Amino acid sequence: MTATVGQQAQAAARANDVWKVYGSGEAQVVALRGVSAEFERGRFTAIMGPSGSGKSTLMHCLAGLDSVTRGTVSIGETTVTGLGDAGLTKLRRDKVGFIFQQFNLLPTLTAKENILLPLSIAGRKPDQAWYDTVISTVGLRDRLDHRPAQLSGGQQQRVACARALVSRPEVIFADEPTGNLDSRAGAEVLAFLRDSVRQHGQTIVMVTHDPTAAAYADRVVFLADGEIVSELIEPTAETVLDTMKKLDTPAEVGN
Amino acid sequence: MFRATMKSLLARKVRLILSGLAVVLGVMFVSGAFVLTDTLGRSFDSVFADGFSEIDVNVAAKPKVQINEMEGEQTASPLPAAVVDRVKQVPGAASATGIVNADGARVIGSNGKVVTSFGPPQLGENWIGESDLLQLREGRGPQADDEIVINKSLATAAKVQVGQKVGVLTAFESKKREFTLVGVFGYSGDRDSIGGVNEVFFTTPVAQRLMLGEPDVFSSITVRTAPGVSDETLRDDVARTLGPDYEVKTGEQVAADASASLKEGLSFFNKILLGFAAVALLVGTFLILNTFSIIVAQRTRELALMRAIGASGRQIIGSVVLEAIAVGLIASVLGLAAGIGVGALLAFLFGKLAGGLTLAGIGVPAAAVIGSFAVGLVITVVAALLPALRASRIPPIAAMQDVATPDRPLTKVTVAGSLVTAVGAVLLFLGLSGNAGGQTLSTILGGVLFAFIGVALLTPLISRPVVSLLGVIFSWSVPGKLGRLNSGRNPRRTAITAAALMVGIALVTGVTVILDSAKGSISALAQDTIKAELVIAGQQGGPRPPTFDPAVLDRAKTLPGVRMVDGEYGDMARIDGEGTWVAASSDVASLRQIFGAKATAGDIDRLSPTQMLASSDTAKSRGWSVGSTVKVQLTRGAERTFTISGIYESSQLTNPVTLPVTAAKDFAIPQPIQGFIQLAPGTRVADVQPQVEALLADSPEVSVATGTRSSSSR
Repeated sequence: MTATVGQQAQAAARANDVWKVYGSGEAQVVALRGVSAEFERGRFTAIMGPSGSGKSTLMHCLAGLDSVTRGTVSIGETTVTGLGDAGLTKLRRDKVGFIFQQFNLLPTLTAKENILLPLSIAGRKPDQAWYDTVISTVGLRDRLDHRPAQLSGGQQQRVACARALVSRPEVIFADEPTGNLDSRAGAEVLAFLRDSVRQHGQTIVMVTHDPTAAAYADRVVFLADGEIVSELIEPTAETVLDTMKKLDTPAEVGN
Repeated sequence: MFRATMKSLLARKVRLILSGLAVVLGVMFVSGAFVLTDTLGRSFDSVFADGFSEIDVNVAAKPKVQINEMEGEQTASPLPAAVVDRVKQVPGAASATGIVNADGARVIGSNGKVVTSFGPPQLGENWIGESDLLQLREGRGPQADDEIVINKSLATAAKVQVGQKVGVLTAFESKKREFTLVGVFGYSGDRDSIGGVNEVFFTTPVAQRLMLGEPDVFSSITVRTAPGVSDETLRDDVARTLGPDYEVKTGEQVAADASASLKEGLSFFNKILLGFAAVALLVGTFLILNTFSIIVAQRTRELALMRAIGASGRQIIGSVVLEAIAVGLIASVLGLAAGIGVGALLAFLFGKLAGGLTLAGIGVPAAAVIGSFAVGLVITVVAALLPALRASRIPPIAAMQDVATPDRPLTKVTVAGSLVTAVGAVLLFLGLSGNAGGQTLSTILGGVLFAFIGVALLTPLISRPVVSLLGVIFSWSVPGKLGRLNSGRNPRRTAITAAALMVGIALVTGVTVILDSAKGSISALAQDTIKAELVIAGQQGGPRPPTFDPAVLDRAKTLPGVRMVDGEYGDMARIDGEGTWVAASSDVASLRQIFGAKATAGDIDRLSPTQMLASSDTAKSRGWSVGSTVKVQLTRGAERTFTISGIYESSQLTNPVTLPVTAAKDFAIPQPIQGFIQLAPGTRVADVQPQVEALLADSPEVSVATGTRSSSSR
């Protein structure tokens, strides 16, 4: 099944018949079986599925962190498949942002330094107006000089979000961003992600297994056994949960 | 990026500084070596500048035998007194004074022992009066032949007073001769000695006879220029008058030359310290490599994140190398500072030992600074390169999940290690079995190097079984069990840590084995072959070996129970233009009877004054056979011609050339250096030893000890 919404030109990220096979012979595992999907610009898409469904693999392939066995992946105008190390580095600098489950802030740097790290790696100056906007949106202005250890989990993840936003990437990939947060902090982060899509037109692709988290997205793509099996537009926690329940019994999931 | 690197560096500063400690030590030795030689060098410059300040132009005869610093001290040939008058006639010369100045005037202290020197010469000279430099502190100059004056620090060391009788051994008399001390002098600036040099002044005839061995000769001529004449002009005029047999130099040139030859000797210290530096830096390389490997492993997630947010592989390498540069810089600065301290301390100790050398200010030469930073930085950065490359290979996906970066299989390393070890083993076998065809030493050294690298490569493989075996000993305790599992888990890391220790221990044992076997083989040989119950010898303190009165040899021969007595002389001679060590035995028959030499041609039991013996190796390399005539230039006298009358088999106990004892009076040191006494069967050593001791009463530099046949201690 191909999940297609909107026009081709507007796709921020696209997977075209992507296969991912690990190992060979007896130990062979097929993680993705011909997945084709498009993620529109300026929208918040969630990828859901039970564990082992291939949702993380799909995201890694989309973001150029992992190679694909067959098929092509592209981000914006760039075809990711076949890029060398230099091309991938440039892609990560210019087009992609990450938010991790473990926050992954550098413990030795202050919040502000962490936020500006991608720009400093790329050797660029921050756009002051955009930087101010991001800082006020995440609401951390009085905590900028704190080290990650001095911040709560929710605050750390907001710093990580700001870090992903500040270089204005084509797509932000979020890997279970609320997995390590309590529900209140998680809700804050999700609301903040949704706002950045609504207000600033940011494209976000989020992998989650939490139906509540998925409900913040504009659209949910469901994976099972390495294939896209379903999708929901304007989901609510209930509709997501229902779909998930059906996925446990694959026979009931129709096209 | 730069800031991130620096901050992460600061977070791990203790570990990095500790691992940099080996580099600090290495750099310390490097800079210490440079500071020491620089400071001593400048100190000696000023000593010599002072010592030759009274000389405008110096005239000396060309040495008969040119030898370098490694072969021993150069001995100048004496020049005839008539030359002084010729120099006086040169226009522009205000005065010309003949100077006797030779090493080997040894004062016997009030305790009966010779005052020793640890390097600076013990000069015997003729008294020519006070000068701007040299001033009497007490008494007067020597006027009678049994009077001397000595410098203040020598008087202090010998504990003698003006008016007392003082025993002196001289270059040509190793039998104590008594003089009356009539004066003590010091130097300008209230100094008791210049650079630790001891000086004894005699009247001119006595100095000529005892220090130069013949009357009416001088060591050199000191010329003062008349007003309005430059030193250089006078030098050239004197040189033109005297011709090519004489060396004419300005005082400044003499000082510079003397200083330069001493500095050559100082480079020995440099080499020792640089050797220490090499060991410390070799160990340091492994420690740095290990530390950075651990740090990179610990930072896998962090580095993966950097990659994920856009850092290139090159930036990651850059950040690790930057850390290495920072560590290297800090280690270099600390090492440089410590090295300046060590250099200053060693210079101070050296000055003390050399008898009060006035040290110039401690200087830090540019070479010390450049050397320190170059060595410290290069070692650290090179050691960090491998871990840096590993860091750049961390995939960005490692930031998302716990990717265990599996160890690459050990196959490649093991194969390489086995090959290199095999090459080393083959080389070692060839070298040790003597099949290397003349390249034995380099083959063995190459084998050792290959085997060492090979074994280092194999350590990851053997570390696992070894660690688990050793771990059994400690596995009764939980920490022991954990430690065993831990070190077995990453054999590479265990191996690198062990390698640092391995290098250190290998170097130490290597040096010990070399020294021990050298000592062992010589003493074993001496044990077996020297057939002498009593040995006369002394402890060498300075450049001049201890000597004794040759008359002792004759008297010892008359003692009851003594079968054979031999005194050994030595000199660096020039034979057919080539520097050669020559010896003379007071009794040539000792070659066969005491040293076990075997004749390969001719007769080696006797020598007439125009005959000489050679070892088989020397004879072969020079193309000599019995009947060949050989031209020999000794330190003193004219060139002589000898006929080879016998050739003996070369061994470690034989000399390349043996001359008749009549030639020994032209040796640089015309007295015996060692004596060997063989007793008749049935004679008790304890009966003869005290009698020989009594004979040596006036030769306090040496003593008689039981030799190889009666005791095993040698």
